[in-house]
Amino acid sequence: MSSEKTTFVYVTYIRATQQKIFDAITRPEIAARYWGHGNVSDWKVGSKWEHVRDNEEKKVNIAGDVIEIDPPKRLVISWSDPAEYDNREAHSRVTFDLVPYEDMVRLTVTHDELEAGSGMANGISRGWPLVLSSLKSYLETDEPMDVFANPCATETAA
Amino acid sequence: MDDDKTFKALGDPTRRKILDLLCEKNGQTLGQLCAHMDMKRQSVTQHIGLLEDANLVSTVKRGREKLHFLNPVPLQTIYERWIRKFEQQRLSLLHELKTELEGDQDEQ
Repeated sequence: MSSEKTTFVYVTYIRATQQKIFDAITRPEIAARYWGHGNVSDWKVGSKWEHVRDNEEKKVNIAGDVIEIDPPKRLVISWSDPAEYDNREAHSRVTFDLVPYEDMVRLTVTHDELEAGSGMANGISRGWPLVLSSLKSYLETDEPMDVFANPCATETAA
Repeated sequence: MDDDKTFKALGDPTRRKILDLLCEKNGQTLGQLCAHMDMKRQSVTQHIGLLEDANLVSTVKRGREKLHFLNPVPLQTIYERWIRKFEQQRLSLLHELKTELEGDQDEQ
């Protein structure tokens, strides 16, 4: 493990089935509800996946490869700025582990191989807690959070 | 309630210090954390146990080492539940005041 790489581990317990959670990650029309993006791929090992903004522009904000998939228990993908997609060395890695825990599922998201202090590392460390809270809220209460919310946003000022 | 555990875990300066240490450098071993704490290893272990119970710290085994990671997801939930909600209320009050003072354009 070289010193300039960093790892984040995020855990949340969700009252839902493994399948529901797995679908919420891999089916774009569901992810759009709580993530504002769909994760688009044929989900075969070696295939490309794209994190596509759910609006008219359909901008691809993240891209990577499917490294490992074992529905509904485990998904490993690589993660990169779309402009850096061809440079596999620069990809970081995201692992989703879904383990039944009492009447819930323990979802662990491990984001590693990240360049310490990079814009991506800073961005994801703000992003994942928000996305996972939103996923939990969406699956348990059908009320997702606004993942683009900004504490200072004056939505009422318009 | 999950929130109870989170608040209880946060209600102690030692545990807040552990979280700060992990925020500074994620993925530390017990030994590394103890080096910054002025107390017995056993006590630190107990505090970490409570933080793990509250899901504020998660651990990953790497070889013989156990690494501790800050898990801010429950803090995000508290933010959503206890901070943002009240900010929104404040913003909507301001909006009502503005509408009141300036008049509602649609009704004119």
